[in-house]
Amino acid sequence: MKTWTKFALVVGVLAVSAVAAVWSLNVRDEVDVRIPVAVASSDSLIARGAYLALAGNCMGCHTARGGLSYAGGLGIATPFGTVFTSNLTPDTNTGIGSWSPAHFWRALHNGRSKSGRLLYPAFPYTSYTHVTREDSDAMFAYLRSLPAVNQVNRPNTLRFPFNSQAALAVWRARYFTPGVYQPQTGRTAEWNRGAYLVTGLGHCSACHAPRDALGGTRHSLALAGGLIPMQNWYAPSLASPHEAGVGNWGKEQIVSLLKTGVTPGASVSGPMAEVVLRSTQYLTQQDLGAMAQYLKELPDTSPPHQAPAPARSAKDSANTEKAAKLYEQHCAQCHGDKGQGVANAYPPLAGNRAVTMAATENLVQMVLGGGFAPATTGNPRPFGMPPFVLVLNDSEVAAVITHIRTSWGNQASDITAREVNGIRARQTN
Amino acid sequence: MICPMKKTWFEFLARRLAAPALIGCGLFVAGAGPAVAAAPFEDTMAQRTLACTACHGPQGRAAPDGYYPRLAGKPAGYLYNQLLNFREGRRHYSLMTQLIDPLSDAYLLEIAQYFSNLEVPYPSPLPSPAPAGVLRLGRQLVMQGDAARKLPACVQCHGQAMTGVAPDIPGLLGLPRDYLNAQLGAWKAGQRRTHAPDCMKEVVERMSLEDINAVASWVAAQPLPVNTHPATALPALMPGSTAIRCASAPLTATSTTQTKAQK
Repeated sequence: MKTWTKFALVVGVLAVSAVAAVWSLNVRDEVDVRIPVAVASSDSLIARGAYLALAGNCMGCHTARGGLSYAGGLGIATPFGTVFTSNLTPDTNTGIGSWSPAHFWRALHNGRSKSGRLLYPAFPYTSYTHVTREDSDAMFAYLRSLPAVNQVNRPNTLRFPFNSQAALAVWRARYFTPGVYQPQTGRTAEWNRGAYLVTGLGHCSACHAPRDALGGTRHSLALAGGLIPMQNWYAPSLASPHEAGVGNWGKEQIVSLLKTGVTPGASVSGPMAEVVLRSTQYLTQQDLGAMAQYLKELPDTSPPHQAPAPARSAKDSANTEKAAKLYEQHCAQCHGDKGQGVANAYPPLAGNRAVTMAATENLVQMVLGGGFAPATTGNPRPFGMPPFVLVLNDSEVAAVITHIRTSWGNQASDITAREVNGIRARQTN
Repeated sequence: MICPMKKTWFEFLARRLAAPALIGCGLFVAGAGPAVAAAPFEDTMAQRTLACTACHGPQGRAAPDGYYPRLAGKPAGYLYNQLLNFREGRRHYSLMTQLIDPLSDAYLLEIAQYFSNLEVPYPSPLPSPAPAGVLRLGRQLVMQGDAARKLPACVQCHGQAMTGVAPDIPGLLGLPRDYLNAQLGAWKAGQRRTHAPDCMKEVVERMSLEDINAVASWVAAQPLPVNTHPATALPALMPGSTAIRCASAPLTATSTTQTKAQK
């Protein structure tokens, strides 16, 4: 055999094997939708499904701004283009009216649409695959009970090659393993319930796990923190004591944060405010307690904490003075002259990990855009922080953030006007 | 009366405001001392809405740049509808949308009612530099409309005194020309909407850019009447004009909901 023929043969065999491998990795634990499963709908099943849909915050994504509930159409911006959420109402032509419980289960469990088409992981089936069949059937019963809305799904606007099913199959082969959550025998029922909610419907890892260049999360269970693509907010590590790890918190404190959006010394903002507003505030004390227990016991995988910032040189003192002046003018009224905050209204800045953690995106976001804690049943009239985007320039924002990161015992690194500018520039998209 | 605390960030904005507006504010005037004692915290709506007044001016009296409109004294139903319009994408300003995104309907209504109930003096209007012909056209369209084009008079809905009609129809006075121009322009471009039927859309569709400029120029130059409160009922229809249907201001609902806004 000539060399080139051998070469072609080898390449051919490799190609076929790769395709076969990708194929087989994509049909692992595949649901057979031809097997009819009778699910008798009942009021209690629908009520359970409604609760689970809140735990998964399904409506949050499957409702466009100002659109009808669950009719889809919200654009999820990703680094690869925009994915539009689908209509989950029981409309036969445009929604999931013609789906069976098995189709819905396959979507959650395997990330496939009714037609068999692979779904984009902007729909977090990498987490939802942990959901049990019973819970899937309950959610399906709930969705079937909603008023049907005739609204055609918007096609995604992903760039090549990300818009191809083949690319998606390769992605799935690398990043997605289907499988229902398996309770760990050495753990309590409470911990297992928490793990089920955090890793499944809660899809916490969608934000709180780092993503690589292809948007995949390799160690999603560690919840080690990550920058949320496109949104420009950093979802802090839930394992690290230097970020948002809660190992040292009381369980009630964690439950309060998830239930009301605030707890002494901390409050949620940005994308997490939305999560509390639309999802976690509706969960029962028991379920929130279980999540808290699981989060408390997350192993700390964070690298050793950074060394404290070096002592300031004399030439910095002019800047320091300017920064202190800005703080006094713009921030002290609410956050206090010693960064102590006001209980139940304004978070303290002294000793606040949201201020001192290494990632500074959220601080810049807060200073530029301001914000309210979510208006929840437990905290219905939150206090707000004004936006400063029109008042402070980049160097002033940098100065005031550096000031709060290095005052009252806080020992975090400086931030430069250039970094502020970078974050601000990404913000205007 | 709510006074801005000394040495605050909105001192920056306040300094640019018309000076008379601050004379009644003893605390502000007296607050020139160097010490920055922690400002007294108050469990009030004024404290809660500092995020709003940063741009809309102390007590929602409007920012001096003409871009952030007055909130104080506007009908509560109107303010509430605007908050919902921003949150639900019928009006567009990302800073505003982002800010109110995590708030509930009930809280937004409370915020609307809070600003609606504030009694804050209006600044004097600036004389218009527009030519007399433009102002004449503006006055004509505002007071009479143009029957030939089925263009209703502004006062038909916004009240004979142009101070609005509670609870849903805003007043037109006390707003800078640039703001009025921008809003009418946004309606024409489809950037500002309400729920259908969107009466303002229908009205603005019949207006040319010249009409818009004329109306904005004339309205912005009008002094406020002694009673600046919104009217409690729509004026009688002028002969030959017909009522317009507005989802944002249901005519038949006026009498049932006005007490809430008037409180």
